Amino acid sequence: MVTFILNDETISTGKPSGSSLLDFIRYDMGLTGTKTGCREGDCGACTVIVGTADGDRVTYSSAVSCLMPLVNAHGRHIVTVEGINAGKLSAVQRAIVDHSATQCGFCTPGIVMSLTAESLAARKTTPETAIASVSGNICRCTGYKSVERATETIASALADKDLSDPVRWLVDRGELPAYFLSIAERLSMISPLPPEPAGVRGIGGGTDLMVQKADLLAESDSVTYIEKNELKGIRADNGRCIIGAAVTTSELGHSEMLKKQLPDLSSYIQLIASEPVRNMATVGGNIVNASPIGDISVILLALNADVILTDARQERTVPLKDLFLAYKKLDMREGEYIRHISFICSDDPPLFSFEKVSRRTHLDIASVNSAISLRMKGDTIGECHLTAGGVSPVPLCLKKTALFLTGRTVSSETLMQANEVIQEEISPISDVRGSEEYKRLLLRQLFFAHFLKLFPGRLNLKIDEL
Amino acid sequence: MNNPDIISHTTGRSQYLDDIPVLKNTLYGVIFGSPSTHGKITDLDLSAALVVPGVRRIFTHEDIPGKNDIGGIIPDETLFAVDEVHYRGQPVALVVADTEQAARKAVKLIKMAVSELEPVTDPRQAAAKGHFLIPSRTFRMGDVAAAWDACEHIFEGRADTGGQEHLYLETQGAYSYPSDNGCIRIHSSTQGPTLVQKVAARVLALPMNRVEVDVARLGGAFGGKEDQATFVAVMSALAASLMERPVKITLSRSDDIRMTGKRHPYSADYRIGLTGDYRIVAYQLVMYQNGGAAADLSSAIMERTLFHSTNAYFIPNTEVAVHSCRTNLPPNTAFRGFGAPQGMFMIEAAIARAASELKIPARVIQQANFLKDNDMFQYGQVAMDVNIGKCFTALNKEFEIDKIEKEIAEFNSRRTIYRKGMALMPVCFGISFTNTSMNHARALVHIYQDGSIGISTGAVEMGQGVNARLARVATGAFSVAPERIRIETTNTTRVANTSPTAASTGADLNGNAMLIAADRLTGRLKDMASQLLNCAPREVSLQEERVLVNGEQTELTWEKLVREAFLMRVALSEIGHYATPVIYFDKTREKGHPFIYHVYGTAVITVLLDCLRGRYSIEKVLLVHDFGNSHNPDIDMGQVEGGIVQGIGWMTMEEVAFSKDGRMLTDSLSTYKVPDIYSAPAVLECRALGTEGPKFALMKSKAIGEPPFMYGIGAFFALQNAIKAFNPAWTPDFDAPLTPEKVLMRLYDRNNQ
Repeated sequence: MVTFILNDETISTGKPSGSSLLDFIRYDMGLTGTKTGCREGDCGACTVIVGTADGDRVTYSSAVSCLMPLVNAHGRHIVTVEGINAGKLSAVQRAIVDHSATQCGFCTPGIVMSLTAESLAARKTTPETAIASVSGNICRCTGYKSVERATETIASALADKDLSDPVRWLVDRGELPAYFLSIAERLSMISPLPPEPAGVRGIGGGTDLMVQKADLLAESDSVTYIEKNELKGIRADNGRCIIGAAVTTSELGHSEMLKKQLPDLSSYIQLIASEPVRNMATVGGNIVNASPIGDISVILLALNADVILTDARQERTVPLKDLFLAYKKLDMREGEYIRHISFICSDDPPLFSFEKVSRRTHLDIASVNSAISLRMKGDTIGECHLTAGGVSPVPLCLKKTALFLTGRTVSSETLMQANEVIQEEISPISDVRGSEEYKRLLLRQLFFAHFLKLFPGRLNLKIDEL
Repeated sequence: MNNPDIISHTTGRSQYLDDIPVLKNTLYGVIFGSPSTHGKITDLDLSAALVVPGVRRIFTHEDIPGKNDIGGIIPDETLFAVDEVHYRGQPVALVVADTEQAARKAVKLIKMAVSELEPVTDPRQAAAKGHFLIPSRTFRMGDVAAAWDACEHIFEGRADTGGQEHLYLETQGAYSYPSDNGCIRIHSSTQGPTLVQKVAARVLALPMNRVEVDVARLGGAFGGKEDQATFVAVMSALAASLMERPVKITLSRSDDIRMTGKRHPYSADYRIGLTGDYRIVAYQLVMYQNGGAAADLSSAIMERTLFHSTNAYFIPNTEVAVHSCRTNLPPNTAFRGFGAPQGMFMIEAAIARAASELKIPARVIQQANFLKDNDMFQYGQVAMDVNIGKCFTALNKEFEIDKIEKEIAEFNSRRTIYRKGMALMPVCFGISFTNTSMNHARALVHIYQDGSIGISTGAVEMGQGVNARLARVATGAFSVAPERIRIETTNTTRVANTSPTAASTGADLNGNAMLIAADRLTGRLKDMASQLLNCAPREVSLQEERVLVNGEQTELTWEKLVREAFLMRVALSEIGHYATPVIYFDKTREKGHPFIYHVYGTAVITVLLDCLRGRYSIEKVLLVHDFGNSHNPDIDMGQVEGGIVQGIGWMTMEEVAFSKDGRMLTDSLSTYKVPDIYSAPAVLECRALGTEGPKFALMKSKAIGEPPFMYGIGAFFALQNAIKAFNPAWTPDFDAPLTPEKVLMRLYDRNNQ
């Protein structure tokens, strides 16, 4: 039995735990404010808010309910648009109305929920964070300008938000129904799920599997990673960063420890999926999905990360670059799952850059992505890891290019020659993400972009003469 | 006044098709679409599908009691394929089951054997084989052949535009159930309730009065639910009728993208001739319209392409032809602009090519050729109240185009990794259905005895705000509080024989019909008031819920007046009928006066291009638009902003891709990308031209749905200019959309050196 609080009601259901939260909300509970748009997390029409107990508080974040297996709702507070209607319009709803930021209205509940999640978040809301919160909501009618204007109004309405307790602050102002104050206590009364029987495969955030195998999962009882504490958390241990497999992409982006290693991490994270999907998608999931274009895999590869696998009895460590054997084929044995990922954590981290180009800059799969980490040894390149996605059947470590670069000075000649090594090392194919020719050119450009960014003013590379 | 639905939209209470509470015993339908692009069906094996638990019945063409024909204009399209399939995804069967899940499972078990035939997806190839959907048409004015001699410069070349998926957020759907006496009630997500009614009647062999179609609202449509909502609605009606149970069909996103048509891709050969002072004196254009496997609305779309092929320019000698080509793709269909954007792109491409060769900004040519009063359109209508020049002048005054150009040149001279580009996009768009006989509407208005008012028209609310416009006009016409007005669902039993809500005409046609009804009702009420107040009817007026006599307030309120009228047996219901005057068109001569008025505007678009990565953003869209006397500025501005972003999407990231054998490669939102909030122009400023407005526009407020879409075309040419600033050796080509891939390839295209 999966038990959770849906708006103001505690629900227990024997529905298959792999079925989607969206279907449960709409067709079992009749709450039709949450809409079905695409069932792959790419439109945001089904956005709901998920509250997770955190001591005596509840922290809220947005999620796309189409990709959320029912089991991941267990022990949580699921809020749909019906659950925030407090008799009067909230500041979010009022702003949408005042700016006519809705036309056909089909995407509107999703937009309202994304913005409400933003107002519930324990961070200052600015027009920029408000826009980021709706970056996963596709609206085909308004052209977004009225939505932008609404976000400005919302940000100013939330200017005095009490960051120590946003829920109470909103309830006190009549912006949120009072029942929200009882949720923490009510969640504490829900018992955790019993441990899963041996042999049952787990599911992480669901953001890949629920797209690929929705019909199958809808009939199956799967288990969640999320409940396993051992898979959560980012910590330092013995000079290494340890990232639990179930750490979400959002958690990755918010980690202060990781930001010390990767100062531009937040800007990379902004290029990956959308806020609600990042709130669900796990690091382990990105790796085991084994997409040749996985953003996190490409970043972790450049950090020369190791993957720690376990089958619950035995652990083994595999360098990430050796984990990917062939297209969608991993060096993982039956029953094994990723426990965590680790890489060297340093007070003097190497230079790092991540680049990604997709048809649409945000919420899109890359045509080509690439990452590099390198240390200078005097005037020459020392240790260097260069990776690329979308140019081979697996996320690729460009070992020969890295070797070529090692010991050379940073100059346009080095880069031009290195590009020739790159072109030998990759084997892109023409597909819906771009032609082979384009991917070859694009990787060259992204490779140059790494160096132009990391060594500003030091390269005499004139790109309009290439 | 806002959209009357706005509160229910933001609180999630607005009901769309899939939100209608289902009746007990409802069954669910999933369509089996052809797995082959083109071939003869040799076997259809349903046995495995039929034994899936929960499956009740599988329908094919053999189950149709009436005609297996759903063609809207031309009877060339089946509901279910018979012997041959002509595109991948073409409906072959409908599985009806207790749950959608069971039906979906069964669909996967249907086996269809096909003897493959050669697929054709390219319109030029289709034309070479003589595969046309309808006879080709040509518009002519002056004498092109003779005019070339007078030209100082002649340029010719090719231009292409891609398709565009509507991506209405609500997919196609319908919910039908049998009612008394063999009647059927259909809830359909359609822009054309009468079309659904007519085709359902044809397929079910019922008279139209036995088929009721009701539409509350659509979750977006953009033309995609004008003709293509019909097959889903008719299938649900067929199953409901034959099984005598409620049947619902909601297409999954991938089924919707694979099975339904898109904006027509066009391929064209242009030839443009200019004088030494850049006046275009001759223009020749041959266009190949990719119509897909059936005619759908292609003939009407072809016509609008012809009408708008010279955009906002006067060209004395023209010859423009369109061939509507039959290919093995889903039947392409209406999409905001309805063929006009494709025609306008071609002339803008020809101008851009000329400008590039002559090494002048395109706007020099554009400005030199703007249409003026008393110029003749190539279809014989004399242009009146032309506002294109005024829009440009106002734009230039407001935003100083010279200054923008100078800033861009200065920016580009710094030779960073970025370049900027600018383009001017004028728009002239004709209002009226080009098929004159469709330009009529009716409104049924009830004043209830408590003073509240219910209004039914043929207009379908799909987010464009027609209900807000109708409500506002009604509020004014009856001089009552907005709360008294209710715009009812669109229902074929209340308002019959309607044209679809399309061609930007919804408010004009239905609003004018409503005003006629309102005028008769208020006339009778004023008569009533004059009897009650002992004065002449002409002395009576209604104002803010009160009756005035010679401008003086009386004790008689709206509510009291209505009640008295009811007791005195005065008719409080009225049907208004409106048919657009003046317009006509003679297809034998291809001349006439097809449009009641034109909408004008001019935009400047600037882009910022990252030449290292081939990524770009739209910096500014600045425009002056001729709204007439805008009656609902919020709604009009919403249409401008939404239309522009959709137009930019069509020109930049939105790419409908098929494999050579006709398989849809972009059948999901992860592969077909539409603009997100970060893709919207950073700055979008729109000024109203400030004109009185044409008398046949509703309240002199011009139609707004489609025209702004075409400003987005400017994004293509602005991007081209930015590429050119980086790679001067590049010879511009015209193959829209200009995706990041195409941009990067052109930035580093060194073939011409």
